[in-house]
Amino acid sequence: MSIHVPDKDWFKAPSGGERIWIALSLIWCLIMFIMMPVWHFKGKQNSTGEAYRVEPAAFVARVEAAIKTHQVGEENGVPIVEPTPGGDAYLLGQMWRWYPILKLKQGQSYRLHVSALDLQHGFSLLPVNMNFHILPGYDHVLTITPTQAGDYQLICNEFCGIGHHLMTGKIIVE
Amino acid sequence: MSNHLENQVRTCDTTGLPVCLTAQKFIKLNGVFAVIFLLIGAIAAVLLALTRWPAVHLLDAQWYYRILTAHGMNMLIFWILFIEVAILYFACTTLLNSRLFSKKIAWVSFVMMLVGAVMVNVIVFIGKADVLMTSYIPLLAHPVFYLGIILVAVGTLIGVYNFFATVYIAKRDKTYDGSVPLVVFGAIAAAIIAVVTLLHGAVVMIPTFTWSMGWTAQPDPGWYRLIWWGLGHQSQQVNVCAMVSVWYLLASLTTGAKPLNQAVCRSAFVLYILFINLASAHHLLVDPGVGAGWKIWNTSYAMYLAVLASMIHGFTVPASVEIAQRAKGYVRGLFGWLTNAPWKNPGFSAFFLSLVIFGFIGGITGVTLGTQQINILAHNTLRIPGHFHATVVGGTSLAFMGLIYYVVPLIFQREFYARSLAIIQPYIFGIGIVMLSFGMSFAGSAGVPRRHWDVEFTGANLAAGFDSGTHLWLGVMGIGGVLAFIGLLTFILLTVAAVFFGKSNKGRAMTPWATPKTLVTEGDVDATEDHRSPGTMTLVIILLVTFVVYYFANWLALTDVWHVR
Ligand code: HEM
Ligand SMILES: [Cu+2]
Ligand SMILES: [Cu+2]
Repeated sequence: MSIHVPDKDWFKAPSGGERIWIALSLIWCLIMFIMMPVWHFKGKQNSTGEAYRVEPAAFVARVEAAIKTHQVGEENGVPIVEPTPGGDAYLLGQMWRWYPILKLKQGQSYRLHVSALDLQHGFSLLPVNMNFHILPGYDHVLTITPTQAGDYQLICNEFCGIGHHLMTGKIIVE
Repeated sequence: MSNHLENQVRTCDTTGLPVCLTAQKFIKLNGVFAVIFLLIGAIAAVLLALTRWPAVHLLDAQWYYRILTAHGMNMLIFWILFIEVAILYFACTTLLNSRLFSKKIAWVSFVMMLVGAVMVNVIVFIGKADVLMTSYIPLLAHPVFYLGIILVAVGTLIGVYNFFATVYIAKRDKTYDGSVPLVVFGAIAAAIIAVVTLLHGAVVMIPTFTWSMGWTAQPDPGWYRLIWWGLGHQSQQVNVCAMVSVWYLLASLTTGAKPLNQAVCRSAFVLYILFINLASAHHLLVDPGVGAGWKIWNTSYAMYLAVLASMIHGFTVPASVEIAQRAKGYVRGLFGWLTNAPWKNPGFSAFFLSLVIFGFIGGITGVTLGTQQINILAHNTLRIPGHFHATVVGGTSLAFMGLIYYVVPLIFQREFYARSLAIIQPYIFGIGIVMLSFGMSFAGSAGVPRRHWDVEFTGANLAAGFDSGTHLWLGVMGIGGVLAFIGLLTFILLTVAAVFFGKSNKGRAMTPWATPKTLVTEGDVDATEDHRSPGTMTLVIILLVTFVVYYFANWLALTDVWHVR
């Protein structure tokens, strides 16, 4: 019994159904493992973790600069910025908003730099449901290509204080 | 030869096993406080469920986050650690026929853990630590919060030391002959992982504490997440190990099951020890600063060998039950052994429901969500608590409840009242948790965030929200949460009533929970020699097919989202 000392000759190779199941499980585990590197090279959706150290103040300066050169409008007091396709876009997470609103072109790729001013935040793009973690001090670079036009909501899904649920933003794709 | 001191041991009137009285005292102490923390966590749980259910939306934002912090700490840390120390003490004494190494050390461990847990609770409830249990910096809590956690971690480490020292003196004094029993082996595996885990806790909490005191600079938030999850995730592996050991224990107590092949079961435990130490990665899959190669290798625990271990236990545990049942004569059809299992024994039903919930829901979702790229769809959504309420709650906690249905009569030597209520309790809790988990998982699939007070975003500058289907799933979560709470409260009340007011059964065997009758007389059928388990094979194949379908369905869903690298 499992609560008693086992027989002396307990060390035996698996047999029968047990052996078959171990083999099946191992094969399945290896398939799951292989899927990830395969997708890394062949798939279109990956998180490479590309990031650079950045002081929050320096990042804010970059965001402001991008707004100055690329602002195309405003909604509810938030500037709308249209970055150059193929170029850099900047998004700041802070208590409690995503700033600014971005206007992107479908099928174009952007190097989207996301960082946080104060606390950790969660970049969550709805309704597509894509999620990335954002840390203060890290310039997290997501090379994204929007595949469908529309208005997308950004919310925060890492707790960032009492106003966490008010933290929203927007990305427009046309 | 036992090493018990005179008058410090009794023989169990039910099982005939020796019980070290010092160990018994600490099993009781740890057990009682575990259940108290479970009660605090349970009250918090129902408040949370009723807040995340938008139609009810009970608490205000501040209390929601406060109660969420309290729930996480009391459940995941205090309930689990207190009960696990009790399990370790039980395994190293009774099952090895040894005395507990040191009463003093047991006191030190217990008092440190208790003081730490009380400190954390006080500081959380007076509103000085609204940082959630992960306390991600730069969020800053009152220093007492971190100090309390450090005390609990170090206290637990000291308890684990007492366990290892007991295992050592048992070996030295030759209190048993041969290899340790399987359940002890599993407990040793859990304890080894616990040491690694708790050291991570010290490494991350000490500089955070000194920072909160203003003595040192703020640690890096990325580093903090890396090390914190070395604590946070590996402690889940301690739970898995302990739970699997309890499965083996309950399987043998309730059906007389014997492991088929001890070498296989033990190797699977060794896989946990060897491959789990990488596990913090799957919390960092969409983090900046750690590369894809690192994420892939570490999230799969080096090619999923720890998952392999769980899949092995997922076969060997039910197979041992099947073989034991067939030997008793329940040989009809594929599942005659299962339909005739002691479903009215809460020790059995809790164990088997735990096995099914952990395997079919917790395990499958866990591996899938922890797949590097698929995590893009799931990180910090409600899918994550949907997953772990099927592992550490529907799995581990339910298995521990099943164990307590035996611990109370055997260690406290008290009988349960309202036994018919006890019989249905695991079902109420199990069904509630399954509903909770489904509700969370489906709402999370639409992107509903975890740890979020208002998914209608009332008052936000730029609007956001979810469709009515998603709200429906949040309702399922809420109803399931209330049901699980009722199940949990029933358990707590039954246990408290039995422990403090139950009839003593000293001097006689416990009133038995149902166990399956033997239909065949010994030697009648050579079923005893039959080591086949076709029913289990069928079940695990269904599991594998479910797993494959769910896994690839998620890859398919991933192809729908924007391209990103
Ligand atoms: C009656 C049973 C339970 C119910 C109804 C329940 C319900 C919940 C709910 C609604 C949340 C909040 C999710 C969110 O808003 O993000 C939550 C979080 C959580 N629960 Fe439970 N729970 C139960 C039991 C447990 C148990 C027994 C454990 C651990 C052993 C546990 C561990 C956790 C953890 C770790 C969190 C996450 C806390 C955080 O995000 O900081 N729960 N639970
Ligand atoms: Cu935020
Ligand atoms: Cu937030």
